[in-house]
Amino acid sequence: MKKIIIYLCALFSFNYIAISAETGGMPQLNPEFWFSQIFWLTITFGILFIILSKFILPKIRNNLEIRKSQIMENIEIADNQKTKSEKNLKEYDKIILDAKNNAKKTFNLAKEKIQLDLSKEREKIESELNSEIQDTENEIKDLKKSSPEKISLIAIDTAAEIIQKLIGAEVNKGNVSTIVNEQVKLMKDK
Amino acid sequence: MAANPMYQFNVYRIGPEIKIGEVDISFTNASLFMVISTLAILIVFNLGAKKKSLIPDKIQLISELSYSFISKMISDTAGAKAKPYFAFIFSLFMFVLFCNMFGMIPYSFTVTSHIIVTFVLAAFIFIGVTVIGFLKHGLGYLKLFVPSGVPIILLPLIVVIEIISYLSRPISLSVRLFANMMAGHTMMKVFGGFVVSLGLVGGWLPLGFSVALTGLEILVAFLQAYVFAILTCIYLNDALNLHH
Repeated sequence: MKKIIIYLCALFSFNYIAISAETGGMPQLNPEFWFSQIFWLTITFGILFIILSKFILPKIRNNLEIRKSQIMENIEIADNQKTKSEKNLKEYDKIILDAKNNAKKTFNLAKEKIQLDLSKEREKIESELNSEIQDTENEIKDLKKSSPEKISLIAIDTAAEIIQKLIGAEVNKGNVSTIVNEQVKLMKDK
Repeated sequence: MAANPMYQFNVYRIGPEIKIGEVDISFTNASLFMVISTLAILIVFNLGAKKKSLIPDKIQLISELSYSFISKMISDTAGAKAKPYFAFIFSLFMFVLFCNMFGMIPYSFTVTSHIIVTFVLAAFIFIGVTVIGFLKHGLGYLKLFVPSGVPIILLPLIVVIEIISYLSRPISLSVRLFANMMAGHTMMKVFGGFVVSLGLVGGWLPLGFSVALTGLEILVAFLQAYVFAILTCIYLNDALNLHH
């Protein structure tokens, strides 16, 4: 490559020196190389035109058209996806709303059930408690009923024993009991 | 080196002399730069067209932007009917642009600074447009020279003026490009010469001018290619959609 450049430079400078010896004027009006220029212009421009129009420009046009259509296609796809995603978003919102409603419903149901259970249990326990209280009260009542008789019996026995110890003789229990009962009655009256 | 600012436009033979009959068609430096420009265009756009990635890289972007730029230019000026001529206008614009741009490299040769080259291009466009016009509209294409809404008294004059303006199209088209390129390159050469002759003491001002001119010339190189292509489109528009 370097060699070619050096060669070209040498060629040009050589020609420059050779020409500079000639007289001035407009070289454009010198017809010596007119036909050569026309000939080479026709050839180079012809080749350029043919290659550009047959091979290169159709390719570029094709590229541009492909790009255009691809861009349009992409825009279309993007639009589709946009509408799709909007639809999905709406569905999603709906699902969330439904889920919220469901959750509320379930919560309420659970609450009610728990309250029901709670009240049932409470009732059950209360009734149990009540019955127990009743039982205990009954027992107490029984005890209350039976206790004076027992007390009088014990009193009779002890009185009889005390008398026996004091006097040293057997006492008729019937008498003692009548006395004790009278005393108990007196006490009750008081 | 040559002090004459016109020496840069000299055409000289590279390699052997080739002759067909009496006609000299030797390979010259002008031919070399035509070939270089053509190859550069083909390489750049072939690389740009090869890749088919959805997100283009730099070289692909260059080719695709050029494609849509010229496509837009044609549809803006000549309408949808001009679509079959897209490849020609694209090649024309790229050829002129690349020739102009390669001419900006120091010690290179500007193909488009030669009247014969630009005139051949313009004449080809002129003939092509005229043929297309007559093919599309038959003799009705001659209505182009008769603008509507013109008083009958003025008509002979107007028609003559229109015909002259139509016939001068290839000349104006070719001279515009050629003169712009030649003038710019001559100016740059002149200022470059000033830098050398004024030396270290006074050379800085023309050097600055040279730098500024280089920027301007690059702009002109693009602009003239654009003007060349857009005028072709306008002429094509006249041939395709007869407005008058």
